[in-house]
Amino acid sequence: MIKTWFKSGSPWIWMTAGAVSINLILVAGLLLLISVRGLGHFWPGDIKEYHYQDRQSPETVIIGEETETALLGAAQARAAGYELLNKGEYLVQHLVKTGNRDILGSDFRWIQNQYIRSQSTPDDLLCVERREWGNFYGRLLAVKENGVVIAQGQQAWTVALEKLDSAKSLYNQIDKLQDKDVGAINYNLERLRLKQRALELKNQWNGVVSQEFADKKLAYELEYKVIQETIGKFNQDLKQYSLLVSEAGGRQVNIPLARIVKISRPNQMSILDKSIDYVRNFIDFISEDPREANTEGGIFPAIFGTVLMVLLMAVFVTPFGVIAAVYLREYARQGVITRIIRIAVNNLAGVPSIVYGVFGLGFFVYILGGNIDRLFFPEAAPAPVFGTPGLLWASLTLALLTLPVVIVATEEGLSRIPKSIREGSLALGATKAETLWRTVLPMASPAIMTGLILAVARAAGEVAPLMLVGVVKLAPTLPLDGNFPYLHLDRKFMHLGFHIYDVGFQSPNVEAARPLVYATSLLLVMVIVGLNMFAITIRNNLREKYRALEN
Amino acid sequence: MTTAQTRTHGINIGALNRDEKPQQIENFETCIKIEDLDLFYSGKQALHKVNMEMPRKKVTAYIGPSGCGKSTLLRCINRMNDLVDGVSIRGRILLDNEDIFDKSVNVAALRRRVGMVFQKPNPFPKTIYENVAYGLRIQGVNDRHILDEVVEKSLRGAALWDEVKNRLNENALGMSGGQQQRLVIARAIAIEPEVILLDEPASALDPISTLKIEELINELKDQYTIVIVTHNMQQAARVSDYTAFMYMGELIEFGETSELFTNPAKKQTEDYITGRYG
Repeated sequence: MIKTWFKSGSPWIWMTAGAVSINLILVAGLLLLISVRGLGHFWPGDIKEYHYQDRQSPETVIIGEETETALLGAAQARAAGYELLNKGEYLVQHLVKTGNRDILGSDFRWIQNQYIRSQSTPDDLLCVERREWGNFYGRLLAVKENGVVIAQGQQAWTVALEKLDSAKSLYNQIDKLQDKDVGAINYNLERLRLKQRALELKNQWNGVVSQEFADKKLAYELEYKVIQETIGKFNQDLKQYSLLVSEAGGRQVNIPLARIVKISRPNQMSILDKSIDYVRNFIDFISEDPREANTEGGIFPAIFGTVLMVLLMAVFVTPFGVIAAVYLREYARQGVITRIIRIAVNNLAGVPSIVYGVFGLGFFVYILGGNIDRLFFPEAAPAPVFGTPGLLWASLTLALLTLPVVIVATEEGLSRIPKSIREGSLALGATKAETLWRTVLPMASPAIMTGLILAVARAAGEVAPLMLVGVVKLAPTLPLDGNFPYLHLDRKFMHLGFHIYDVGFQSPNVEAARPLVYATSLLLVMVIVGLNMFAITIRNNLREKYRALEN
Repeated sequence: MTTAQTRTHGINIGALNRDEKPQQIENFETCIKIEDLDLFYSGKQALHKVNMEMPRKKVTAYIGPSGCGKSTLLRCINRMNDLVDGVSIRGRILLDNEDIFDKSVNVAALRRRVGMVFQKPNPFPKTIYENVAYGLRIQGVNDRHILDEVVEKSLRGAALWDEVKNRLNENALGMSGGQQQRLVIARAIAIEPEVILLDEPASALDPISTLKIEELINELKDQYTIVIVTHNMQQAARVSDYTAFMYMGELIEFGETSELFTNPAKKQTEDYITGRYG
């Protein structure tokens, strides 16, 4: 019976299908976990007010968002020194995000269910997202202008929203002035200084030039002064308004509007309002700069850095890989040496990525970069230009890392082009190079794209080598901006993968960082999937175009 | 053109047919002359001392059983065998009295003069138009007017124009096998070669497509010297003016088609064409 079942071959089918199912379940589970954990972070949860009294202290009021509930076994709880009041099997604990780090010392607090006297979700509870010190939870009392109350009670909320809108637009204007205009002036002044240094090194620095430079400098400084004045004025306008709020303990606090990103009263929001707020939170997350050691705000620079680095890597790796594969497959005499080279290339794919990072640092950054600095940027010394980790070296290192994948895929593609097509082209008087360029390579382009897809998938997820050759925790400027030459290959950049590591493991605020780790992971996966989808679309178009001979 | 030199009056195939009656061939103008051609595949001899002269603007057919070397011989004429590893060639092939194996010969230029159509249709995965224009584009011709003209002329020449004139910008791989083969012929004649080599051009086609190809060959021979390899003796009889019978890498007999089929000089030829072996 069993024997015939084995003979029928169905165990094989079950086994192989089972393996596939397990894989699918794992992938789906992974995506589900990071999606739920990551995306849940943006949902504006209700703010609860607890009346809490445990053994040590009198009754207190705690205001915050409940983020997690944990069950602790009775024995464990006793061992940890907790008392179980109701002789239950478990000790129920809630993690509450209380915010108000400036007052309470930390953002989160564990409370035990058994000590909660009562809990409610009053409509007037307020959540203030601040630029510093995390969230504030409490109640809105009044809006002040220059220290004088201009609205309180019911009115306060609408006035606060209105004032916050104008404050935010002011803040953005200041931000833009500081980032773009002052940044540009600083950049130009620095270039001027380098030019002067270069001329001095070449002994061409004389009175005429120095006058010219002084004029330019003066012009920039005047410009700077004008901008500074505008900023000063804006800042004064901004400082006028503040909110008077009270925290759980009843203390009253003044929060200047300049320090506020957003105020909300989630307990009053309908599901629709919350959904809108959710989408807005998500958009803010992917479009804004990080704040507070990366534990708050968005991750836009990291997304930007990742994508730019991967694209640059693709630009470097494709020609190199394709040319190498063309030589190996089309020109080199097939023999022992080509076989050895192929084995070497395949083994290169198995070298741990950190080794590439070390190589990139040693060769690209120190040797190449150092020499480039010596030859072309003597004026910048002792500050390095290319002799320090940066975008160029990071993408080159990753190009090296992914080169084997592209070579192997391209070679495979080349070997799949039917001989008859090459002969057809040669018979028309094309040389080998013309045949390659006009027929073989276009037909192999889907395979090249496959290689590139694999390369992108690997490169986008790689973190270890990048830590050595260009990624930083916080980059002050994007590698692409409005200052000539626009793409700054020498700059350091942020990367989603490193961001995850940094937020998750280097952050002082673990509880606040955890959902961000999931959300950033989700973003990283989305970026990789997006890049891959893009490449796959191109490949499918190419495939359709160069459909191989069927018969 | 060195017509005076290339004109050969009644070559004597007797050297090949040693003992039997010498075969007289009508006066013709020699286009391709093969002299003492030996070919080795990695040391194994595939062609033995082949000597023959092929007339200009006529159709010469190679027949013979599989593996007899007829395709190999054909592929020598445009040096397609250069692409095969381990091939070595002795002897000469003269195209208009020039040795094509000479070091000074530009292979690409030679192949422009000697076009080739393969057994299986091998259009490029491009549009019909680009397939025909390929040879010209290789030569650097990108003028739209010239290309348009040549494409139309070539497709008309390959009796394909009426079928495809409304879909020149569609992928050539969407055509039927017979159309693809005619497209490949159009592609070959677009660069105006002197010689067209056809390597079993109809063997992958249905009878109607085959008929069309044969009609096409008949039309093309007014302008081109055609050499065709075929398995099908009826086809050889129908389309060719001269026929060469090969066996085991040797040229057994070469003569006018009508003569060779009705009155073969050699026993082996007779056996083959009467279907006793092969």
